[in-house]
Amino acid sequence: MNSTAPQPQSAGAPAPQDQNSFYAARKKLQVRSTTGTFATWRWVLVWFTQLIFYGLPWLEWNDRQAVLFHLTERKFYVFGWVFWPQDVFYLAILLIISAYALFFFTAIAGRLWCGYACPQTVYTEIFMWIEEKIEGDRNARIKLDKAPLNARKFALRGAKYATWALVALWTGFTFVAYFSPIDELLQSAATFSFGPWELFWILFYGAFTYLFAGHLREQVCKYMCPYARFQGVMFDPDTLIITYDEARGEPRGPRKKGTDHKAAGKGDCIDCGICVQVCPTGIDIRNGLQYECIGCAACIDACDQVMDKMQYPRGLIRYSTENAMKKHWGMREILAHVLRPRTLIYGTILASLCVALAWGLATRSTLRVDVIRDRASLATELADGSIQNVYRLQVMNMTEAPRSFVLQVSGLEGIQIRGETRVEVPAAATHSVTLQVVAPANAGRPGANTIYVEVEATDDPSVATREETTFLFPR
Amino acid sequence: MADFVSGFWNVYVMGLVALSLLFCVFILVSNMTKRPEKVELHGHVWDETLAEYNNPLPKWWLYLFWITIIFSLVYLAIYPGFGNKQGLYKWSSVGQYEAEMAKAEERYGPIFNQYLKQDLLAVAANPEANAMGQRMFLTYCAQCHGSAATGAKGFPNLTDAEWNWGGEPETIKTTIMGGRMGVMPPFGPALGAEGVKDVANYVRSLSGLAHDSLRAQRGKELFDQQCVACHQADGTGNPMLGAPNLTNDSWLYGSSEATIIETITNGRQNQMPAFGEFLGEAKVHLLAAYVLSLSKGK
Repeated sequence: MNSTAPQPQSAGAPAPQDQNSFYAARKKLQVRSTTGTFATWRWVLVWFTQLIFYGLPWLEWNDRQAVLFHLTERKFYVFGWVFWPQDVFYLAILLIISAYALFFFTAIAGRLWCGYACPQTVYTEIFMWIEEKIEGDRNARIKLDKAPLNARKFALRGAKYATWALVALWTGFTFVAYFSPIDELLQSAATFSFGPWELFWILFYGAFTYLFAGHLREQVCKYMCPYARFQGVMFDPDTLIITYDEARGEPRGPRKKGTDHKAAGKGDCIDCGICVQVCPTGIDIRNGLQYECIGCAACIDACDQVMDKMQYPRGLIRYSTENAMKKHWGMREILAHVLRPRTLIYGTILASLCVALAWGLATRSTLRVDVIRDRASLATELADGSIQNVYRLQVMNMTEAPRSFVLQVSGLEGIQIRGETRVEVPAAATHSVTLQVVAPANAGRPGANTIYVEVEATDDPSVATREETTFLFPR
Repeated sequence: MADFVSGFWNVYVMGLVALSLLFCVFILVSNMTKRPEKVELHGHVWDETLAEYNNPLPKWWLYLFWITIIFSLVYLAIYPGFGNKQGLYKWSSVGQYEAEMAKAEERYGPIFNQYLKQDLLAVAANPEANAMGQRMFLTYCAQCHGSAATGAKGFPNLTDAEWNWGGEPETIKTTIMGGRMGVMPPFGPALGAEGVKDVANYVRSLSGLAHDSLRAQRGKELFDQQCVACHQADGTGNPMLGAPNLTNDSWLYGSSEATIIETITNGRQNQMPAFGEFLGEAKVHLLAAYVLSLSKGK
């Protein structure tokens, strides 16, 4: 991991202390668009992630929104599942899986997440596409930047900002639709009668989408993002990174097409600078790996096109590893080194967590029961000499249909429930039942005895649970 | 508002607050170096190569610091914090609590009040009112009487037909509103250990429990002298005093001989707290109706 320090560049307006200040003002990047293998992959992922993000809230399931994180009801609806606050465990596992997936893919091929799937990258890509469509390509945009503000510039800038704002607002709207039912949200939008928090979050999320993808762009990755900072520690000498083949490229320099440049003592790099122009963070990959590099491979696509034009072999800039560059390995050795302790351990943990999550979801019970002993009244002696204990049962029906359950107690000779043993619980609701349990005075030892409360659905014996609690006899 | 024990502490706190603010301003101003012509090193070197320039503080950071100072002044003007000054809003946590309670009362009051006009027995027959009553019972009453209202040692069972203070609807409401103090005086000194045992056996005989008939006979004489004032000649008790009926099978503390001896020897003191002040009449009305519904038909 050699990262060369960024060279201080002279900023636009030289301040008096510039000669020994480390501060360089940000220069606005105008990124040249690329096409090619990796750009195509990025667009595939843009489509994939955004179809899911913008599409999911519109899906219906069981006469409700398919995916809805209903905060006021404290229920998370995900297709056939209804998650309760008690299921936060699954969320924890999901987050751990996300973390290990990041570790795993980063160890194999560097900042894959950053380069292809991160929302910052994805929305920047969308916003840059809009920019290109409205203002033209990189050269046209640089000209426009330098041009004085006239009617044309005002119109183009206005159109761009307005389009961005629309996309950003729609993004904010979609985000809120995950938490607030989308049909109600649409009606609110039609009459502009959002609730205060709905409006706040639409504007908040929209404003930050606009700001991050439109104006801040690479600064988010360079200065704000914590993941960018710690992904470096997951690299090792066998991690695939975007590499400039210095041995092949140097000494760089311009040449006429079709001349024998090797005879003139030149390498394959023609110093056209396109790899710098396409870089979304504005670095020169030929200086080696830098912390700003988000692994988007735009420079690979760009350089390969130039190599094709020059009729040189592709791959002057390519995915390779530190070891491969040092030891002049081919693709086969690189692939052979993908399986190494680090990736195997990450992979194993990741796979077992995925299996655990799948298994947990497949065997998840739709019935939960909490048995709470009455704390104040321990044991009461009834008129006939038998002993009564009182419990409160919280019966949680996690399905979306009303259910009735049968209660039973066991664990002591002659123990039984006094009163109603059937409980009706409405759909997706918690029902509290007071349970009086009676046992003959000689059925157990003085003090605590273990008993079991069994709850079973009347329509499906497989939906059952057995909770352990204590039954007290007076001493 | 918390009041200080003397005027001095008020001034002391005000002084501290003012000094702290002034100190913040002082720190800030003393660190505001002018923008120098030429940036120079401070001349101190850490870790062999780490040196510091005498650059001024970043402007945005400086403004933020000023904003926090202004914010604290505005805060102290509006809210309590400067000694025992109340602030312009006269805000206090008690006031906020009361405002929220008033808001809740405005919202839920009508729901409770609609039953207040109805007769207790009519409310007791209303399932919706009973559902509300049960929720309140579980919140306020279950700690002592149990979730099933079947009581515990020293806490009466509310689901049977026996009432130490009387079971008429209005009486139950009075009990919840004003609370009750039940006192059984100690008779150990007056009766002596043997006498107490005799009376205990007589008391057990009243409700047909196993007893020593010789002792019970001696106990009856003592009972007629000492106990009838409250428990009546036939032992059926007096709801006016909360003196329990000794002839049935409902026992507040237990019916074993040892327990009864304990009761007579040392007496009992028991208290039902008053809820009228705390819950208000409308909620108590619902609770009384719920308690009535529990023992209905018994």
